[in-house]
Amino acid sequence: MEKRQSAGKEVVLQGNEACAKGALYAGCRFFAGYPITPSTEIIEMMSGEMLKSGGAFIQMEDEIGSACAIIGARWGGKKAMTATSGPGYTLMQEAIGFAAVTETPIVIVNVQRGGPSTGQPTLSSQQDIYQARYGSHGDYGIIVLSPSSVQEMYDFTVRAFELAEQFRTPVILLADEVIGHMREKIVVEDGSKNIKSAKQKYVVSPQADFFMGENSLVEGQLHDSMGRRIGHIATKSGEFINNINKKINDNINVIADIDTYFMEDANVAIVAYGSVVRPSMNAVKLARGIKDDRIIPKFRIFRDLFKKGVQETIQTDYSHLQVGLVKINTVWPFPEELLKEATKDVDIVIVPEMNIGKYCREVERALKDKTVIPMSKCGGDIHTPSEILDEILKEVGVDE
Amino acid sequence: MNKLYEKYIKTDSLPTLFCPGCGNGIIQIAAMEAMEKLGVKDDIACVSGIGCSSWIPCYYKLDVMHTMHGRALAFAEGLKLARPDKKIMVFTGDGDCLAIGGNHLLHAAGRNIDLTVVMANNYIYGMTGGQKSPSTPKGSVTKTSPFGSIDEPVDGCKLVMALGASYVARWTTAHPVQLAKSIAEGIEHKGFSFIEVLTQCPVQAGKNVYGEKDPSAIMQKYKENTYLFKEDKEPEPGKTPIGVFRNDDKAEEYIEKIERKLKEQGIERG
Repeated sequence: MEKRQSAGKEVVLQGNEACAKGALYAGCRFFAGYPITPSTEIIEMMSGEMLKSGGAFIQMEDEIGSACAIIGARWGGKKAMTATSGPGYTLMQEAIGFAAVTETPIVIVNVQRGGPSTGQPTLSSQQDIYQARYGSHGDYGIIVLSPSSVQEMYDFTVRAFELAEQFRTPVILLADEVIGHMREKIVVEDGSKNIKSAKQKYVVSPQADFFMGENSLVEGQLHDSMGRRIGHIATKSGEFINNINKKINDNINVIADIDTYFMEDANVAIVAYGSVVRPSMNAVKLARGIKDDRIIPKFRIFRDLFKKGVQETIQTDYSHLQVGLVKINTVWPFPEELLKEATKDVDIVIVPEMNIGKYCREVERALKDKTVIPMSKCGGDIHTPSEILDEILKEVGVDE
Repeated sequence: MNKLYEKYIKTDSLPTLFCPGCGNGIIQIAAMEAMEKLGVKDDIACVSGIGCSSWIPCYYKLDVMHTMHGRALAFAEGLKLARPDKKIMVFTGDGDCLAIGGNHLLHAAGRNIDLTVVMANNYIYGMTGGQKSPSTPKGSVTKTSPFGSIDEPVDGCKLVMALGASYVARWTTAHPVQLAKSIAEGIEHKGFSFIEVLTQCPVQAGKNVYGEKDPSAIMQKYKENTYLFKEDKEPEPGKTPIGVFRNDDKAEEYIEKIERKLKEQGIERG
């Protein structure tokens, strides 16, 4: 992935605000949404910003209507986004399938909360990791990005618009409550980025934007290059399904993005995505005895709690552990080759997740020759660094 | 071939998937005539949902979005807000619009957003093989109301009028000239235009719902069982009113409301 080059303006923003700012910078000029915790700050910010920037905003009657409205707006030529959480994301699934089959470039933000059902409106989770990939009925390809900082909420939102246009596909920004509500100092750009749509290269059945005089037919049934239905013809339908999956899967090398930290000499790797990257990184630093002042809280009450945690951690000797971190930025399509390459020298891979251990299965499938350990945590609390380290110790053994 | 057909219909997509005797062809032609009369072919796009009537625009040489069951209005609102300078016509049916899409209908009508909605009402779910719809008359035997429907039918026109739609009309396939005129008025009208068309489904509803299975006999019944609505005229009991129920040019349209708010508060649009 192209990393940030230009030096912009430094601001302190909340994750959800950073997402809205990123969308504005990416040229998003249509937002439809429905308020839902913990994503509401995005619709709040977009309600004013869209109108001020010459775009359009509508608060729809529900989430499925919001997803449909952004698809409609995109065919009207406006880059479009919606944002939601939990039940709202589930309600959008049918429209995500429609966007995939009609190759509509849209961005959908899911600031994950705990489920199922109404679940945990105010607490975080990573339970939607499979829904983001397989949520709508039928087989389709999709791109899902997972930010782990406020800066990445901004950067990945911009990236989501780029990927959506490049591959003519819905792109999901799979954030979570921790990242959505966290405040950090980040760098934002001025003005607006000119993201162009790569029309022909990665399109199965190209249709022009509306009102270009091309008589586009945007069809939810499987269709030929003219938009005419082929759903009743098995051979043509099979080809269509293969092609909309292939256009994503065959371009993993362009889409997939991971970052590695301390992996040069590592024999244990933590594979993490989203907010869980943060305690994972701290676990790595603790294990390697790296002092990082930025992770010490400012308020005394938290600082005391933190010190207690650190002291408990420090009592254990982790010096024999050489722990590294693989941070997954594009969770789907699964960055299999990149992950294999990054972990080729490690024996143990630990996958902390705020769900019942879902992404871990995918990691296990890819890294068959390694010991892959799920580290599931449900309930809304994020893993602590010492929890992650203790889990590693359990596997490696203290006396090794 | 008819000149209008050549101009508006993608002949390579024919034949249509409508059954013999279906009324949707009459609606398809009426909408073509309306567009031709106004000369708006280059400035109009169509959006439809799912069901027989939602296939009507798919044969047009226009930009067309054939969307999801019940959601045509949500797609159309997004498209309209992205291109306020263009006209959007929505084709939908009684099940698509009043059942699964009911929520979107309530809110689109309430916003008085500038869309022209043509709702084909055949009192039945035709595509799935003849099940009860929200407009099926009470007592009708269908595949899912084997002992006769017990539900009070929904009157789409009354519903959208209560919510603030500013152009509301009802015609039948036996009134194609009036229908074309109303669709043209609806397209020209700035605001939410709702045009219901009673249309026959001889195959799936036929005798059980209309008491007739012959398409021309059903259309004859439409003539006999309706009366022309006039403000000062007493309703005729047992008959369905047809005509233009509301044509309010004064009602403020949704996008006009947004622009007014911004102007009032001195907000510059970037």
